[in-house]
Order: sequence, then C-alpha cells, then structure tokens
Amino acid sequence: MMAISDLANPTRFLGLTNRLLPFVWAAALVGLGVGLYLSFFVAPPDYQQGETVRIMFIHVPSAWLAMFGYVLMAGAALGTLVWRHPLADVAAKSIAPVGAAFTFLALVTGSLWGKPMWGTYWVWDARLTSVLVLFLMYLGLIALWRAADDPGRASRVAAVLILVGAVNLPIIKFSVDWWNTLHQPASVLRIDGPTIDASMLGPLFVMALALTLVFAALSIMAMRNEILRRRIRTLQLTAAGGLG
Amino acid sequence: MIGPLATIAGQTARLSLKSGGGALVGLVFFLAVITVVPFGLGPDLNLLSKIGPAILWIGALLATLLGLDRLFQDDRDDGSFDLIFLTGLPLELIVLAKAFGHWLATGLPLVVAAPVLGLLLDIAPLPLGAVTLTLLVGTPALTLIGTIGAALMVGLGRGGLLIAVTVLPFTIPVLVFGVSAAATTIIGPTPFLPPFLMLVALTLVGAVVAPIAGAAALRTSLE
Repeated sequence: MMAISDLANPTRFLGLTNRLLPFVWAAALVGLGVGLYLSFFVAPPDYQQGETVRIMFIHVPSAWLAMFGYVLMAGAALGTLVWRHPLADVAAKSIAPVGAAFTFLALVTGSLWGKPMWGTYWVWDARLTSVLVLFLMYLGLIALWRAADDPGRASRVAAVLILVGAVNLPIIKFSVDWWNTLHQPASVLRIDGPTIDASMLGPLFVMALALTLVFAALSIMAMRNEILRRRIRTLQLTAAGGLG
Repeated sequence: MIGPLATIAGQTARLSLKSGGGALVGLVFFLAVITVVPFGLGPDLNLLSKIGPAILWIGALLATLLGLDRLFQDDRDDGSFDLIFLTGLPLELIVLAKAFGHWLATGLPLVVAAPVLGLLLDIAPLPLGAVTLTLLVGTPALTLIGTIGAALMVGLGRGGLLIAVTVLPFTIPVLVFGVSAAATTIIGPTPFLPPFLMLVALTLVGAVVAPIAGAAALRTSLE
C-alpha cells in the first residue's frame, strides 16, 4: 500500500506518474467528450436564459477548480512548513499556474455570460471582486517563484504567503450569502441541497469531473518538469564546481 | 529596554530621511500620483472633490507599498542586522521599533502632506479633516502589514515591486475602511465612527500580529 511518504522520493514519483499519466489524460479526454456532448445537446435550455445557460457548464467547474487549486496549494504549504515533505513545494509551485489558468477561465466565461444576462461585462460585487483578488494572489505567488534564485528559500516564503492568503477562500465561498451581490447565490453546495434541476446537475458534475482530471494531468506534468528542472540545476552547479 | 528600541526606531527614521534613504521620494511619489490623476479624470473639480479621499488613500497606499523594500534590505546589506540580532533584545520588539521608525519617516509625511494635496483636489474642509485623520490612523496599519511582507522577502533580493504586489491584497481592507470613513462626510448622513473604529482596530491588530509574524519571517529568511 503506497503511502504519501513513498511518493516523497522524486525518482519513484517520476516513475509512478510516467505510468499513470496516459490513463489520466485518456480519462480526462473521454470525460470532456461526454461532458461537452451532455452540456450542449442533452441538457435542456433554461426557461429564463435560454441557450446562454450552457456557459455554466464551463464557468462553474472552472470556478470550483480555481478554489480547489488554492486548497491544494494550502495543503502543500502545510506539507512544506510542518512536515517538510520533499515534494510539497514542487507541488505548490506546479499547481499555481494551472489554478491561475482556471481562475482566469472562470473570470472570462463569467464575464461573457454577464454581458447578455446582466447587461455588463463586469461589476464590483463581493463574489467577482474576491475571485479577482484570488487571481491576483495566484499571480503574485507565480512572480515570487520566478524571481527567486534559490528554490528552497522561496518555497518557505511562498508557503507562508499561501497560508495567509487562504483567508480569501471562505470569503469567496460565502460572499454571495454575506453581501448583497449581483452574482447568483449558492445553488449547488448548500445546506438545503442543490436547487438546480437534475437534468442540468448531471452534465455539470460530469464536466466538473472531466475538468478536474485535466487539472490533475496538467499539474502532474508541471510537477515532473519542475523535478527535472531542479535536477538540471543541480547538475549545472555540480559541473561548475559549486557542490561537493 | 526602551532606550535601545527608541534608538533603533530613531535610527531607522533618520537614515530613511537622509538623501538616498527613500523616505522623501515616497512623498514625491504621492505628489506625483495626485498630480497625474486629474490628467486622467479631467479637471472637473466637482468630480475630484467627491472622489478626492479615495485618490489620496490610493496614493498613500502606493507610496507606502513601494517604500517597503527599504525596511530590512538596507540593514541586511550593510551587516547592521547581525549587530541588531546580537543586542539580545526580543526580535519582535526590534521589528516593531523598525516599523515605527519607518512609518515616522515614510507614513507621517504623507499624513502631513494630505491636507495640502487635498486642496489640489478641492476637497471641502470637513472631508479633508476626516481623510487626514483616517490616514493618520490607517497608514500605520499599511506599514505594519507591509512589514510582514518585507520580512518574508528580505532574502530574495528582488524586492521592490514584488513585495508591493504580494502585500497589496492584504492592505485592501485598510483601504476600504479608510475611504469608507472619509466618504461618510461627503455622502449622506451615515455615521463616521463605525468604519473609523474598524480602521483603528486594524492598526491595533497589526501592531500585535506584525511584530510576531515579521520576527518569525526574519528568522526563516536570515537563517
């Protein structure tokens, strides 16, 4: 039974992901195919919004993954600071661009949906503003990693920043409940259960699963690249006489 | 113990105010921002007086953020940080003293300049007093929050904009409450105290959290 601690060995991680990655991509592409078919041809048009509602099937999973990515980074930050897991900082650094991309996708699809629905591409309400701040935090962390010469020191600094910024996540989730916002209130993850009809909920969950698999595949590929990048750096330093 | 801490605060302020220290450049940057805004918005004094407090607050925020990399970097570069470590004082109080000295040199001039620059924006006397008061109470919060970021990134050597960008999201509540408090004197009969007291609270909480977090960050960055 392979534990997280077994994956701490970079070589073993590379070996395992080498075998797993094709299956993850295959599952992701099948899921995307099924999900997109269900979203565009099977799910009914909304009685109010008509066909425009189909943006939801990309917008909502992207927003979920934007927050999910930050949650994963927070877990990785704890791994770096508390348990000193060797690959935790690699995970955090690799997930950030993927999470940032899904945040951007959520903002853009939401904006395109808002124009026909609300009459505006943007409004400074609590939900949109807090997601924009999340995007800003992602970009700040990416800039921090790129600016640092020594990956080890930068990872501790980044870990602290990730954990401090995690305060934004409950603000995003509950922003539509705490403030009077233009954005729709929670209709899926609520105490009283979802308010969306099952005919739309099904395709939504399929798309969410498919995009999560895409997220996982991209993150794994980024982690593999980061491990190889660090090995190259070590080799270069050794060749230059810097180490041992 | 007060003696050495006062010396650290005073030294930080004095060195910052000297030429090359960066304090007065922050003040000039504040003036530059206030000057540039009417070029973008147009010279309509009616509009400028309504949004004047927000412009002053944003200018003060940017000037504070851009001055943060000087807080610890100079000491680290010339080795005086090792000497300060050796004094045996608690690192948390040293960080608080440095942050206070930094605010005296960079934040307080902004507060003093605010009424004058507010006249450029044709802000009425009552809102002018209100925004100056909010800046007096709020700029320490900005400096304290920035101290945490500056302490985290002192070892990374690229400072400047990177610290400003990372610290910015956490200073947004201070900005929101500061402008909100000042704006109550312009728009409608809403009470001034609730947002103002939140601002005071943010500064007080910062005065406790920033030294602790900053000291922990310095220990990690400088080990």
